[in-house]
Amino acid sequence: MTSAAPGAHDVEAPRAYDFKNLHYKGAGGVLIPLLQKFQVQDGYISRERIAEIHRKTGVPLSQIFGVATFYAQFRQHAVGRNIIKVCHGTACHVAQADGISKALKDQLRVGEGETTPDREFTLETVACLGCCSLAPVLMINKDTHGNLKPADLRKVLKPYREQKTKAGS
Amino acid sequence: MRILVGLGTCGVAAGAGATYAAILARTGTLHGSCKVGKTGCVGMCYREPLVEVRENDGKRWQYGQMTPDRVDRLLEEHVGKGEPIEEWLVWTSDGKGQEKAFLDRQERIVLRNCGVIDPEKIEEYLEVGGYQALKRVLYQNDPDGLINVIIESGLRGRGGAGFLTGMKWRFTRLAPGKQKYVICNADEGDPGAFMDRSVLESDPHSVLEGMAIGGHAIGSTQGYIYVRAEYPMAVERLNIAVAQAEARGLLGDDVFGTGFEFHVELKEGAGAFVCGEETALIASIEGRRGMPRMRPPFPAVKGLWECPTNINNVETFANVPWIVLNGAQAFNRLGTANSKGTKVFAMAGKIRRGGLVEVPMGISIREIVHDVCGGIKEGRKFKAVQMGGPSGGCIPAELENTVIDYESINKTGAIMGSGGLVVLDETTCMVDVARFFLDFTQRESCGKCTFCRVGTKRMLEVLVRITEGKGKEGDIERLENLASLVRNNSLCGLGQTAPNPVLTTLKYFRAEYEAHISNRKCPAHQCQALLTYTVNEKCNGCGVCGRACAAKAITGEKGKPHVIDHSLCTRCDECYRACRFEAITRV
Ligand SMILES: Cc1cc2nc3c(=O)[nH]c(=O)nc-3n(C[C@H](O)[C@H](O)[C@H](O)COP(=O)(O)O)c2cc1C
Ligand code: FES
Repeated sequence: MTSAAPGAHDVEAPRAYDFKNLHYKGAGGVLIPLLQKFQVQDGYISRERIAEIHRKTGVPLSQIFGVATFYAQFRQHAVGRNIIKVCHGTACHVAQADGISKALKDQLRVGEGETTPDREFTLETVACLGCCSLAPVLMINKDTHGNLKPADLRKVLKPYREQKTKAGS
Repeated sequence: MRILVGLGTCGVAAGAGATYAAILARTGTLHGSCKVGKTGCVGMCYREPLVEVRENDGKRWQYGQMTPDRVDRLLEEHVGKGEPIEEWLVWTSDGKGQEKAFLDRQERIVLRNCGVIDPEKIEEYLEVGGYQALKRVLYQNDPDGLINVIIESGLRGRGGAGFLTGMKWRFTRLAPGKQKYVICNADEGDPGAFMDRSVLESDPHSVLEGMAIGGHAIGSTQGYIYVRAEYPMAVERLNIAVAQAEARGLLGDDVFGTGFEFHVELKEGAGAFVCGEETALIASIEGRRGMPRMRPPFPAVKGLWECPTNINNVETFANVPWIVLNGAQAFNRLGTANSKGTKVFAMAGKIRRGGLVEVPMGISIREIVHDVCGGIKEGRKFKAVQMGGPSGGCIPAELENTVIDYESINKTGAIMGSGGLVVLDETTCMVDVARFFLDFTQRESCGKCTFCRVGTKRMLEVLVRITEGKGKEGDIERLENLASLVRNNSLCGLGQTAPNPVLTTLKYFRAEYEAHISNRKCPAHQCQALLTYTVNEKCNGCGVCGRACAAKAITGEKGKPHVIDHSLCTRCDECYRACRFEAITRV
């Protein structure tokens, strides 16, 4: 009953009718967790994955595609190694989040939703990271950075770049 | 003695992780009796990172802005010699410290354990009376009596609509059906709100306990928490909390040995604001596109997998154990005639003390903004508060004596909402605020009904036009007309309330719209397209602005005042930001 972790969902789960909860186990209810699991694995939802989910769970292709394109979390394209999410929520908006996005676009030379040619960074925007009192805020992978100024950004990005040089050398 | 570091998302973002590591690295120098621990968020986000020194007898000292370089002195003077460092103290349990005012007006029910216990240790929650409320209701085994207590307390849903929680429970209990579900709505999609995140990160067990009590009341064995994917720390701590509660038999097949069965499963959201709406949320758990459906039937009758389902907000559930333990009267003693208890607000924007506050209902907006949160940053003028996020509206400074209760807030045209309170000052353009929210709702509209999908888009176009200086005569009337169409014809709350930010700013700040349209001016100097940049007499000819200007619109000899060629200026704001002498004027 407690299949909380996304990893716990088995793609091969049989489509047995769950009488206690009155629904098909392994069908609808696990579709979003499955997509989330694949997104963590691959960084995005590829067409092959959609076909795979269909083959193994029997959920119609149209429904899987519909769900994968409905939610902002699911990407249809490959992403960079680090994902930068700039908050454009209310508090960040009034704290000049536009300036942060603009500076990042200039620095990384990418547009919103795009990835740098070296596949280091993908630049995205989100609606609110829940750290509004530290606005403007951005999140890189799972780390949140607050009270930013456009001039600080180079320093904020640096450690994420260095990881690569270390790993690569 | 214990040293506790506040490690919520906001604390970590402010560098609390480094502080914690620095303290741990020096534990060798401490007495054996002094322990280092973690805790959640006390709500003083503006003074993060926070470190607390707590005596064994419960006396507490809270230090603010504790960067790693302050650790040595803290350990040496306070921990070592027992001499508190006055100038860093923000609050002490015997009523001292610089930020006393922030906590003095607060009544902490929902936040009772936030910043007090370690959210990753169930033992600490049990020590402060955790799961006692659940134990009591299970031993009494009188669900109807329990529902009556919740009704009598006057607790109303904290997720926005403010429906009486006890009534909702009763409807779900009475609905026919063998399998019933409890859902905790932790989607918290309103940009500018973070109450639920803090509660989940700082005191997850109180929410689990509230859900289990709700499950007992309505006769359910399965609960779901639908939590935003943007809150990784909340997800992690909830997972820990569920596992710990199950290991101790406080959740599971046989809770407290009474035969009561209740399981909780986490569902991570996938980034859609509309999934905060209850029917869309259910669709999302079922693995479909998160699109709302017509109500009735309400989820209480036909919800998840077509079974009766009770949905409540995080804060609503966190209130429940307290009410059970302290009684309905202790709760409804606080507040106004129709709004009882307290409300947690996430204070953000141009406020001096931004963070999380829990105040009794009936307090005025002025008291929250000025007394609790210390007024506006940098001595600017208070202009308005934005309440209720994209469904809410702006309440102007003239109405600052409005009290916090559901009905008074509705009268202004805003809504109580889930508790995001963004404070705006004179440098905020109200037309831009309205545009910002319409941009948000327009993107988040699920597309099911026409008025919401197309109407919000048309409204956004008009607002964009106005902020770009291309507003037309009649645009205000056009907005009002569209607003009433969208409001009256949309299927769900998203569309029905989407015009609120526009309507309230039109109601209280109409002159600002008119200035944009008729005079092509933005009174708050925010709308770039309406600004004129000029060089004033402070210019000493350093030349920085000229180099910053990509359009080459600024010329002048070194050491002499420069000039801006308005035919070339693209209003990119680079010169204004580059100048260190305030020599560029924007009007
Ligand atoms: C567009 C929209 C977004 C909503 N977002 C949330 C949300 O983020 N959190 C929440 O608790 N309720 C949200 N609600 C309200 C829920 O539909 C529902 O009323 C609430 O969860 C009920 O819980 P309560 O009775 O405890 O308030 C939203 C409603 C609408 C129409
Ligand atoms: S508005 Fe940016 S974190 Fe909330």
